[in-house]
Amino acid sequence: MLNIIITIAVISGIATILAIILSLADVYIADYGEKKIIINKDKELVVDGGNSLLSSLISNDIFIPSACGGKGSCGYCKCTINSGGGPVLATELSYLTEDDIANNVRLSCQVKVKEDMDITIPEELFNVKQYKAVVEIAKDLTPKIKYLRLRITDGQQISFKAGQYIQLLAPPYPGNQEEVYRAYSVASSTKNNNFVDLIIGYVEGGILTTYVHKHLSQGDEVSFNGPYGDFYLDEESDREMVMVAVGTGMAPIRSILYEMLDKGINRKATYFFGARCKEDLFMLEEMEMLQNNLLDFMYIPSLSRPLETDNWEGDVGRVTDAIAEYLSEGENKEAYLCGSAPMIESTIKALKAKGIPEDRIYYDKFD
Amino acid sequence: MTVHPFVILFASIFTSNMILSNFLGMCSFIAVSKEIRTSLGLGQAVIFVTTGTTIINFLVYHYILMPLGLEYLRFIVFIITIAAFVQLVEMIVERYMPTLYYSLGIFLPLITVNCAILGVSLFMVIRSYSFIQSVVFGFGSGLGWALAIVAMAGIRQRLKNSPIPKGLQGPGITLIITGLMALAFIGFSGIVKIQ
Repeated sequence: MLNIIITIAVISGIATILAIILSLADVYIADYGEKKIIINKDKELVVDGGNSLLSSLISNDIFIPSACGGKGSCGYCKCTINSGGGPVLATELSYLTEDDIANNVRLSCQVKVKEDMDITIPEELFNVKQYKAVVEIAKDLTPKIKYLRLRITDGQQISFKAGQYIQLLAPPYPGNQEEVYRAYSVASSTKNNNFVDLIIGYVEGGILTTYVHKHLSQGDEVSFNGPYGDFYLDEESDREMVMVAVGTGMAPIRSILYEMLDKGINRKATYFFGARCKEDLFMLEEMEMLQNNLLDFMYIPSLSRPLETDNWEGDVGRVTDAIAEYLSEGENKEAYLCGSAPMIESTIKALKAKGIPEDRIYYDKFD
Repeated sequence: MTVHPFVILFASIFTSNMILSNFLGMCSFIAVSKEIRTSLGLGQAVIFVTTGTTIINFLVYHYILMPLGLEYLRFIVFIITIAAFVQLVEMIVERYMPTLYYSLGIFLPLITVNCAILGVSLFMVIRSYSFIQSVVFGFGSGLGWALAIVAMAGIRQRLKNSPIPKGLQGPGITLIITGLMALAFIGFSGIVKIQ
């Protein structure tokens, strides 16, 4: 018995002494003092040195997109560090292209603030804020796709462009121990500043999708930040529009369609939507309403594998087949795509075959 | 049997080299031996850490564990002290030697799980070394490890221009070369023996 107590005491004693030494070292050695960060040659922040650039910026309410929470595994938190970043670290190399390295683009979660810094970030990131919200509506659109309306409760208003995305936070829940952010496109109209609609599919084992589908229900509190993204409606242009989406890719397209409705944009538009079978189609009434109210809008769903019980009389095949069949030739169009990487790649090919130049094909690719 | 510290120093560098005769510390040996400059940095860090942890572990073992009859705790205690020591070294290097820190990058924490370092502390106990013998053994083993990794980095820098079959590139050819180096080091084995 005595032996056991001595063992425990010795181990804890040694661990305690080492922990005290390390804590002292953290206070006295890893103390870099206050450092200045100059953003876009304009804004100046004073932060405590020694932390990562990403967390230093977040603590000053500047949100750089990051899906992994600063672990260096998503590669989203890139920003340009003009001076004070030190050499590129081995942990960043796999996420930086040669162009990135030549232009001083770095992963802000890996770079520590050890000296005064001069950085450049996209101006629109200043518009990114953290929001608290409550789940006002949560309903199943299909067995695997959920619709959420998050009403902002902290008194702020969100302003975004149709097609942009926000990052939703999954707190720790049974089966997941860490906080994780994941990106979802806003599906609602930009005129609604008090809430955002999201369309979230279920992915087996996905941390956030499991949270949304199994743990989140009406009335729960959530938090998100945004808006982000360079995929949005080009309002300057008056070209004919082609929209292509599959599954939850509906979200940004729906936002764009409402934008057109609200602002009275009367451009010719065709929306190709792909699903497996009839059960996977959703928001059909809304599409019909938009067809009736927009001047020249066509919604063309096509099913890749309709069931016999579906009695499907519409198009069968992938969205690329529908594009080949219905879309007229001609280059004076622009395209908005949202879906998985293979779907985006094959759709770009199909659109180029119709003569649409690649630089007018905008897309939002799921990872 | 008491072995002269100088013999231990010589033996731990050449005849009982941590990598080439004990095959300890292979992971960082293979991962960080691509460039002489980086491997030299890691080598220096390993020399420093082996020497430092051997001293601490000697004191802990002989003045805490032995008197209390807790020798069986040596594995866990050695691991804890090594981890804390490496953490401390990392903080110091990051603060005061940024260039070295940047060249070692993520590999510095790897030293924590470098089995050569735990191996040195355990050999010290198994072979019942005195304090002086332990310090020399720790320093020599680190030096031997550094020597091996720098030699390997030198060879690998030359390999860049050699036509190596695709399947053998990287770790494959490195392991084969390690074997050849180990064979060459057997040539030293008749000179002195410490185990």
